[in-house]
Amino acid sequence: MEEAPQRMPPASDDVGEATAPPADGTADATPPATDDALRHSRRRARLIEGVREGMPFAIAGGLLALSFGVVAEGAGLSAAAAIAMSAIVFAGAAQFTAIAILAQGGTVAAAVLAAALVNSRFLPMGAALGPSLPGGPLRRAAQGQAVVDASWAIAGRGDGTFDRWLLFGSTGVQYVGWVGGTIAGALGGNVLGDAQTLGLDAIYPAFFLALLVNELGDGRSRLVAVLGGVIALVLVPLTPAGVPVLAASLAALVGLHASARAEAAARRSG
Amino acid sequence: MSTSVAVIAGCAVTTWAIKGIGPLALGGRELPLWFTSVVILLAPALFAALVVTQALADGERLAVGADTVGVAAGGLVAWRTGSVIGCVVVAAVVTALLRAI
Repeated sequence: MEEAPQRMPPASDDVGEATAPPADGTADATPPATDDALRHSRRRARLIEGVREGMPFAIAGGLLALSFGVVAEGAGLSAAAAIAMSAIVFAGAAQFTAIAILAQGGTVAAAVLAAALVNSRFLPMGAALGPSLPGGPLRRAAQGQAVVDASWAIAGRGDGTFDRWLLFGSTGVQYVGWVGGTIAGALGGNVLGDAQTLGLDAIYPAFFLALLVNELGDGRSRLVAVLGGVIALVLVPLTPAGVPVLAASLAALVGLHASARAEAAARRSG
Repeated sequence: MSTSVAVIAGCAVTTWAIKGIGPLALGGRELPLWFTSVVILLAPALFAALVVTQALADGERLAVGADTVGVAAGGLVAWRTGSVIGCVVVAAVVTALLRAI
């Protein structure tokens, strides 16, 4: 995040580090033999930075996972199944949605479909991330698994490109928090009591509100946030869960107007 | 147990596919300006939608309750202090207190 904004880098290997400004101003004098070591240490630094920035979200997510562990038991999942679900699926909103539908007596297909709809916001996030990932299609798809909401926001450089090492670091620590919280909730849930009484259901929207507050730096972002919120609210009574959030991503098309204006201005001055 | 296994497997496969398809299809290429301009604004749009659908709705109906107030209080903490943990803890505590009254 401290790095200067960069233009879209070459597709080759590592997006960020190839063009990153030298940390100590000595990179130009570095002999080629140590290039790899230098790049390696920079990656490590950003991975650690990702862990650091992801930590608060890992702790908040851990609390959320705690309530997932408790709620999952109520929906008929064994402790082992709840833990396995968190370890394999690793998508909070989708997991809550799936077990809520099971608890209401819904079918497996309904639970999976609803979870997929809730997860559909990862489609635009993944499309945004794709061009910043190196490697062939399969390798990029594998790296794309690291997308979770907070990491995606942390890894964004603010110019439409993403730092994948920040993404990996912040997702890694959140994975530990998510699975650890689920284990605690699934095994110690009866000690904890009722998730509703404890207000644990407020953690999820609060988590996203904290992410949102970080994104409201300028007037255009605030406009898009209001627009996205309104689109979602209007659709809540009309569509299945997940659709309102996916549809809200259309609010980002406000950016088309901004880019058209920027291009027109560039033509005028050029 | 077989229901759990089927749901977990189904959710796992669809999640992997959804997260993978964007990066699979869009490789390292020069980004057009319009794409970048839209991508930057995806975060406020998606996060705002996630907040309102959780805090102002209950399933498929709109519902305002103790959790709405709790989340608003948490938001205030996030805005004033920037603390994520403070935000979620205050949201849970305020919600729990309101429900206890």
